[in-house]
Amino acid sequence: MRLELTINGVPRVFEVAPEALLIDVLREQAGCRSVKRGCEAGDCGACTVLVDGRPLASCLLLAGQVAGRSITTVEGLGTPERPHPLMTALVEAGAVQCGFCIPGVILSAKALLDENPNPTAADVRQALDGHLCRCTGYVKQIEAVLNAAARLRAGKEGAR
Amino acid sequence: MSGRREFKVVGRSEPKIDALGMAAGRAAYTDDIELPGMLHAKFLWSPHAHARIVRIDASKARALPGVACVLTHEDVPRNIHTTAGQGYPEPSPYDTRMLDAKVRYVGDRVAAVAAETRAIAEQAVRLIEVEYEVLPAVLDLGEAMRPGAPVIHDEPDCKAVIPVPYEPQRNLAGHVDMQIGDPERAFAAAPVQVEVTCETHYGQHTPIEPHVTICWLDADNRLVIRTSTQVPFHVRRIVAQSCGIPVRRIRVIKPRIGGGFGAKQEVLEDLVAMLALRTGRPVKHEYTRPEEFVSSRTRHPARGRVRLGLAQDGSPQAIDLEVLVNTGAYGSHALTVACNCGSKTLPLYPCPNVGFRADSVYTNLPVGGAYRGYGATQAAFPMEVAMDVAAEKLGMDPVELRRKIHIREGQGSAVFRALGEGKSGVEQKIGSCKLDECLTRGAEAIGWKEKRGRDRHIDKRLKRGVGMCALMQGSSIPEIDMGAASLKLNDDGSFNLLVGATDLGTGSDTVLAQIAAETLDVPLDHVIVYSSDTDLTPFDVGAYASSTTYLSGEAVRKAAAIVREQILAVAAGMLGLPPGDAAKLRTADRAVHAPDGRSVTYAQVALHALYDADQHQIGTIASHITHASPPPFAAHFAEVEVDTETGFCRVVKYVAAVDCGTAINPKLAEGQTEGAVVNGIGYALTEELLFDQHGRCRNPNFGHYKILSTRDLPELVTILVPSYEPTGPYGAKSVSEISINGPLPAISNAIYDAVGVRLFRSPFTPERILRALKESGRT
Ligand code: FES
Ligand code: FES
Repeated sequence: MRLELTINGVPRVFEVAPEALLIDVLREQAGCRSVKRGCEAGDCGACTVLVDGRPLASCLLLAGQVAGRSITTVEGLGTPERPHPLMTALVEAGAVQCGFCIPGVILSAKALLDENPNPTAADVRQALDGHLCRCTGYVKQIEAVLNAAARLRAGKEGAR
Repeated sequence: MSGRREFKVVGRSEPKIDALGMAAGRAAYTDDIELPGMLHAKFLWSPHAHARIVRIDASKARALPGVACVLTHEDVPRNIHTTAGQGYPEPSPYDTRMLDAKVRYVGDRVAAVAAETRAIAEQAVRLIEVEYEVLPAVLDLGEAMRPGAPVIHDEPDCKAVIPVPYEPQRNLAGHVDMQIGDPERAFAAAPVQVEVTCETHYGQHTPIEPHVTICWLDADNRLVIRTSTQVPFHVRRIVAQSCGIPVRRIRVIKPRIGGGFGAKQEVLEDLVAMLALRTGRPVKHEYTRPEEFVSSRTRHPARGRVRLGLAQDGSPQAIDLEVLVNTGAYGSHALTVACNCGSKTLPLYPCPNVGFRADSVYTNLPVGGAYRGYGATQAAFPMEVAMDVAAEKLGMDPVELRRKIHIREGQGSAVFRALGEGKSGVEQKIGSCKLDECLTRGAEAIGWKEKRGRDRHIDKRLKRGVGMCALMQGSSIPEIDMGAASLKLNDDGSFNLLVGATDLGTGSDTVLAQIAAETLDVPLDHVIVYSSDTDLTPFDVGAYASSTTYLSGEAVRKAAAIVREQILAVAAGMLGLPPGDAAKLRTADRAVHAPDGRSVTYAQVALHALYDADQHQIGTIASHITHASPPPFAAHFAEVEVDTETGFCRVVKYVAAVDCGTAINPKLAEGQTEGAVVNGIGYALTEELLFDQHGRCRNPNFGHYKILSTRDLPELVTILVPSYEPTGPYGAKSVSEISINGPLPAISNAIYDAVGVRLFRSPFTPERILRALKESGRT
């Protein structure tokens, strides 16, 4: 079937099987390799993408379910040359070890900060719950999201 | 101390050099490439714990459109080997074939399919017809060596390849023992005696990236293996052995890896390689999460008994440790995990009389493998609980007991000499130990004095307590492991650093680059690291045994020191100084400076050497082997809250104070500690693979095998206590493994402080805690 998606702001068209999962369309057809496969059961959070701004596990979604919607992956948030403040904060805090969980963490953190620019540590824990990370013990990830929030707030005030 | 100076790059929390690319989602991992015509592989796994394959018929699977290849034991070489990615000759027994006519656990390999799509491969796997003769199985650790127990490895060709005890007819996969002095006589005389038996359970590493491998034949018909491994050079050697092809025909590439923790020290790539060899096409195989849980590797469960004989003042007169290890269906790391039970715990408390015996036995359950802290995790539990019991008997504070009896700088231990990995060990004296300070600062951070031994009710149900333990680990395997590095100068004054060492997310590429940058007096971004490619980088044993910083780091430091000398020699010529005067030159800021103030930049030196006079490539390759395995030390403190009605135990606060020598990159060292602690807490409280009476795993998924998430996190405090290890690069020793060993004993001891019952069996689930409370009449 024909599937239209807006991926990182660009309207795209794919030919997919009706049973195709969003994770596979994104990784294999759209070239978004940042979407990671950790469990295919909705348990690990590695495959998280933003669907119209909401973080969802792409391994649990049929591609057809999100036809016409807007999908964001970390490729759409920044690049090594122009990183998103969340990327910079995670790197600087030492919160990226193997990095496999990081794209999902960034997207859920972005969704949190879009809604609540001034989160508490408890808010961050809540937002990142379900993003399994076996490397870092989460301490530096939570710290990094709080740092990024502060930086984004300062940036906005500066712009005012 | 020689070599100690102010550092410029070492000791700084430089951002991990590969982190930004990962955060931006750059395609970097094994599965992030797509090759034209790539096939997808799926394996058929055994449904039985122990069975002979009487008949296997793959004709229907082969006939399915889209299937390119099906392999059963009838189609592949039967080269016996071990999957343990260890140095040659391996201390693990040769008891594994690519595919066999016998299966030994639920989840063992039966057959493999390569097809155009994953869906077709899955369908083909279901079409393979297998007739099994089901055999009686060994599903209990204690049953394995009973006379008359089913023999799991009855094939005639399994064998140990080094001279160690190996008796498969008794299901004995590995054995080690040693004795120092006369423990029994000392026990008889010791006024204070303690005996503790603890049992640990099946756990799994759960790297968030499961094992994944892509194999293809290149233009020269060589086999390229792109794989999530911690041991690329062992993969090359062992795949060659299993497939029966020459090592020179294989290239192993390790791209970015999504975590390993020891699971990826196993060589499981051979079957994917064989599919690529047979089809001539690229083949990808990725473990699903349930497969990762059951059919990759696990933590060896163990039962360990510690006996302590102490004088009234607490000094050890006799220590005895006896361990029974369950290696599962194959003997991967069976012997070395047993050795480590002794070698990573016994030297911590010097004692004139020490006994140690350990058996590793086969069962028809999933295969044990290397898992961060192996041996130490299993043995530190009974040892440190026994110390807690001893402190109570002696009327001493547990912190003060450890402070009094732990090993100190300048001391040796007969255990170091007696226990190696499958052979005797290497004598060493402790060159750095700040355990004393770890104990002090850790106790302070948890509030030990105020909290320990107090009845602390939060309300009627909830009680709090604190517990602690002391730990040691090693740094590399002395006189066995080797790491090498090559370094060359580029025409802009930057350097290519090529290392066989394997960064699996730990940050070792960054740490090694920092060591090179420090030695060469350049900023970190002038060192370009490429690691773990068997065609291009020099040899390294790989990422295990807490070796990379200490062992490979010293190889890098050596290579950098040699290259620096070469730069000085060329610079001396450029500055018109006699070659003997090179020693008077100094390096700083990417340049060589003469005493008279003149200088030449590294870029000028490089251009001169490449284009001008006496043209040559400035560069070298250096190797390092260690003659010591300096232990890092740690003191861990846990505060728990136990619900006496439900048995639920929550860790409120956890403090890890660690002496890892110089932390080359403090943030990365903290990150290693935090990750290890959280993994250890999960193992202590919630993570457990469960099996039914047929040996089938009941919970191979994250829904039912609960690893900690952000909401379960206690307040976590990491304290790096600096020391300077004279044999390590810039004073460094290891950090990655030690802290996973603390939570079992620290939490068990804290539960005792809170509610007065001891937990000797992990994990400390609400049911077990409640049962212990009921049995003690404390609810
Ligand atoms: S892969 Fe989707 S949640 Fe794990
Ligand atoms: S950094 Fe490895 S899983 Fe999170």
